[in-house]
Amino acid sequence: MSVLLVILGMALVTYIPRLLPALFLNRIKFPDWFQKWLQSIPYAALGALIFPGVLLVDKDQPWLGLAGGLMAFLLSVLNLHITLVMAGSIMVVILLQYFL
Amino acid sequence: MELKSQKPGAKSGSQLGLGIGAGLPIFVGYFPIAIAFGALAVQAHLNWLEATLMSLIVFAGASQFVGVSMFLAGAGAAQIIAATFFLNMRHLIMSLAVNDQMRDFSGAWKGFLSFFITDETFALLTLGGGESHSETRTPGYMAGLLITAYLGWVSGTALGGLGASFIPPQITTAMSVGLYGLFIGLLVPPARKSISFAIIALSSMVLNWFLGLLMEAGWGIVLATIFAAGLGIFLIKEDE
Repeated sequence: MSVLLVILGMALVTYIPRLLPALFLNRIKFPDWFQKWLQSIPYAALGALIFPGVLLVDKDQPWLGLAGGLMAFLLSVLNLHITLVMAGSIMVVILLQYFL
Repeated sequence: MELKSQKPGAKSGSQLGLGIGAGLPIFVGYFPIAIAFGALAVQAHLNWLEATLMSLIVFAGASQFVGVSMFLAGAGAAQIIAATFFLNMRHLIMSLAVNDQMRDFSGAWKGFLSFFITDETFALLTLGGGESHSETRTPGYMAGLLITAYLGWVSGTALGGLGASFIPPQITTAMSVGLYGLFIGLLVPPARKSISFAIIALSSMVLNWFLGLLMEAGWGIVLATIFAAGLGIFLIKEDE
C-alpha cells in the first residue's frame, strides 16, 4: 500500500511542473524579451543536459560517453539524419566496450 | 508568429503518422533502458504491477531510477517524493517552451500533451521539426511523437519487470549515450546556423558544469537553463 502511495506521490509532483505552463501560458502576447527567453530555452536546456552528463553515463569510464558524444557531434556536423547520429554514437560505444 | 491554421480532419491522420515516425528514435532509445529499469524495480522488491504503474503515471526515467534506488536503500516516502520533485523541476522550464508552441491548442490538449514532456521529447518537439512548423505544431503530430516515446518506456518496463533482464548493462550504457546523441544531433544544426544559439548552448554547458560542483545536478540544470536562456534576450535579433 505504501509503495502505491509513493508512486502516486511521485506521479503528482512530476505532473504538476509539466502542467503549470499549460494552465498559465495562454494566448496572451508576452513582451518581446520574454519571447526571446522562451525561444532560447531549447538551446540552453540541451546544453545543460549534454554537459557534463554525457561523461557520467558510465562513471568509471567517462571516455565512453565522450567518444559517443564526439561521434554524434561529427555526424551532426555532416547534417546526417538524427537516427543516424544516434546510431553512430551507440555503435562507437558498443565497439569500444567490445574491443577495450 | 505565423498563423497555424488548423484544418481539422483533413490531414490529422498523416500528422499522427509523421509524429509516430518522429518518435521512433526515442522509442528505440527508451526501450532497453526501460527494461533495465523494470528489472531493477523488481530487484528492489516492487512487484511487476507497481513497476509498470510507475512508468505509466510518472514517465520520468532518471527520477524513477533514483526513486527505486531509494526504495532499495530504505528511504522514507517523503524523501523519495521530494527527490522526485526536485529532479523533475526542470520539466517546468521545458514545458514553458513546448506550451509556447501549443498556444492554439485547446486546454485539454495542452494538459494532456504536457504530461509526456521529458528531456528527450522536449528536445525533439522544440528542435526536431526542421524549418517548417505547419505540420509539426499540430496536436496529431505531437500526440504521435509523445505516445510513441511513452509506449517505448512503458512496454520496456513491463518486459523488464517480468524478469526479462536479457539486456546486458553494456547495451544500457550504449543506449544512454545514444540519447545524448539525440540531444547533440538536435542541437548542433541550429547552433551552427546561429552564433547566438551556439553561445547560449555553450554558456549553459559551462554554467551547468560549474553549478554541478556546488549543488545537486537537478538544480544545476534548472538554473543553467534559466540563466543561459536569459542571454538570448540580449543576443537574439528580431529575425532569428
